[in-house]
Amino acid sequence: MSALASTTVSLFRSARQSAHARRLVACLLGLIVLAVMTGPSGSNTAPVSGFTGSLFHPRVLVFIAIGLGLWGLITAQHRWGEALKRTNDNLMTLPRRMMPDRRVRLVLYAALLAVAILVPLHVNAFWQDVLVDQIGIYVLLAIGLNVVVGYAGLLDLGYIAFYAIGAYSTAFWTGALPVHPPMVLNAFWAIPFAIGTAMLSGVLIGAPTLRLRGDYLAIVTLGFGEIIQIVATNLQGVTGGSQGVIGIPHPDVNLLGIHYSWLIDPLPYYYLLLVFVVAALIAYSFLEHSRVGRAWTAIREDEVAAQSAGINVLKYKIMAFAIGASTSGFAGMLEASKISFIEPGDFTVQLSILILVLVIFGGMGSLLGAVVGAAFLQWFPWYLKEHPMFGFQDQDLYIYLGAILVLTMIFRPEGLIPSRRRKREFGLAEHGLGTADAMSGTTDPVP
Amino acid sequence: MCFTQNFWSFFIGGIANGFLYALIALGYTLVYGVLQLINFAHSEVFMSGGFAGYFVVNAVIGQSSPHGLASVGLIVLGTAAGAVGGAVVAYLLERVAYRPLRRRKAPRLAFLISAIGASYFLYNLAGKEFGRNGYSLPFLYPFQTGVTVFGTGIQTYWVVIAIAAMIMLVLLDRIVAATRLGRGIRAVAQDAETASLMGVNIDRVIAQTFILGGILGGAAGFLFGLSSGVVYSMGFTPALKAFTAAVLGGIGNIRGAVLGGLVLGVAENMGVICAPTEWRDVVAFGILVAVLIIRPTGILGERLGRSA
Repeated sequence: MSALASTTVSLFRSARQSAHARRLVACLLGLIVLAVMTGPSGSNTAPVSGFTGSLFHPRVLVFIAIGLGLWGLITAQHRWGEALKRTNDNLMTLPRRMMPDRRVRLVLYAALLAVAILVPLHVNAFWQDVLVDQIGIYVLLAIGLNVVVGYAGLLDLGYIAFYAIGAYSTAFWTGALPVHPPMVLNAFWAIPFAIGTAMLSGVLIGAPTLRLRGDYLAIVTLGFGEIIQIVATNLQGVTGGSQGVIGIPHPDVNLLGIHYSWLIDPLPYYYLLLVFVVAALIAYSFLEHSRVGRAWTAIREDEVAAQSAGINVLKYKIMAFAIGASTSGFAGMLEASKISFIEPGDFTVQLSILILVLVIFGGMGSLLGAVVGAAFLQWFPWYLKEHPMFGFQDQDLYIYLGAILVLTMIFRPEGLIPSRRRKREFGLAEHGLGTADAMSGTTDPVP
Repeated sequence: MCFTQNFWSFFIGGIANGFLYALIALGYTLVYGVLQLINFAHSEVFMSGGFAGYFVVNAVIGQSSPHGLASVGLIVLGTAAGAVGGAVVAYLLERVAYRPLRRRKAPRLAFLISAIGASYFLYNLAGKEFGRNGYSLPFLYPFQTGVTVFGTGIQTYWVVIAIAAMIMLVLLDRIVAATRLGRGIRAVAQDAETASLMGVNIDRVIAQTFILGGILGGAAGFLFGLSSGVVYSMGFTPALKAFTAAVLGGIGNIRGAVLGGLVLGVAENMGVICAPTEWRDVVAFGILVAVLIIRPTGILGERLGRSA
């Protein structure tokens, strides 16, 4: 008996020390977690049925088999290392190598734009709505958050709050709220007010917290996102309370002889959105390579050095934060006037995390990454949901998004389509050079 | 008009809540001490403790209706189960979301992102597995009644959480001040590199710190659940407040976390006397922003690594 015990203990010990065994355990555990994630849901009356239904069911064998296969692949890669690793590296850097020079990239962008223009004409009304409400708006939000997370290296976990501010200020200026504005504007002319209010609140929240360690910004924005929702719910007399606001008018423009009204049809909103997305892309791309963008890079790479080189660190951080906030506010304005109805429940903290996932998955600091990542991650779940074979509950989506965040950070922190500069920074930071974020103000590494 | 009715009752209730915040805040402070990182997934450690305590108590209690000593025993059991649940989740969190990044010396931003990802993963997984409606714990003791001292009603619940929290706080204080593990934690907090040269196993100390924070947070989860029930989303608000408490006392400072918790609990209840209850969370958040503007190092300052 004791011999058996000691054998087990020594087996366990050697297994712990063997990298192969550790990887095997990691692969199997990972796939078992995946089995639970994809399995049936539990409920209050049968709280563990989700676990039992996904683990004590033949389907778990499939997951174990996949886990073993994954382990085999990883082991093969380590044993017959070089060749496989090279293929792997080639695959991983493919997106970047495919556009070596400016002309190829321009052709690619033109093709993407053509796809973006043509796709909505060939899908049905349901997908046109998805294209505006779920994809277009989120692409714009991701581009905006990319300025904060990608360019400035700050973490904003309450990004949706500015979206809410944009939406509510649109409702205010168009006279849909219980409180009335000094003069009622058409939704189109509410745009500057929506952007301005969102930007102002970004500065107000950012200015006190951006002086401090970056973690504080993250938690203050997280709290702010929650507070905005509480305020919108409880200030009945101002915001209409939990019932929300109805009757926000659609935008129309009457300028220089052009007269156009947006109505219920999603397509005109889509093209309006596309114009703004392209404008934001061009503007932020110039910004990235301007003096401001270089200042952000310097702050990310070494805050202390940037400061001693004469860069006003706080000013540039606030600037990034305000630009991000105003983009979000604009998206909020557009969505509010399209749906013409908003309620506090539209602005959950979960959505802030969703936008963060879009940016991180695509590649922080990379505009193309933000666009492609956001479009893919927003389209794919809808595709699955509409597909008869799959279909899952909306809320379960966030399980996968959380997992994507963790896995991206472990295996590919630079994201799907990395920004070259950002990728190099991560590499340097891992070798103890610079910080690759604007989190600490010092270069203290994490022990 | 404020501060007249039930002042002392609100005050004492605030202190009791404050003890809960202190237990959670210690999880933030301990991890911050060794890693200089905010553990964004601590809210889910708290939630896991709540569920672990609920399931164990529910299984033990069956159809019986306990009273007297049996109730006390069940509370101890549930708290212990919550502590174990919290510790397990905190350890897994360290292994999955922190250690691979530490190995690679990843930038700070990466840690925060992976922690927030882990937090949302656990939050929504719990929502899927346990359903999205709340569970209320079985009836263990007459809930609202208690003793009346100088005309002030004191709820039994407040006494329960205050005693449980005080026992754990004293134990933690002793662990950090007088054990090998505590020495390790303090050494890593002061200077991780030197500590490692002196033979401290940093990986182990960090994992144990997470476990210690998980024990306190998980136990707090069960104690919180005693009155409010357990649900997948229970962690968010208490954890945000506990973080406020940790910052208020001085993050990284163990006694500061306790002091901050108590001050926050009382301040929040004082706010509720004057403003409607819905604004309770806004009061706490206002305190956080005010502290960050006026005194970002907190009441007692960031005394990283000193003996508690």
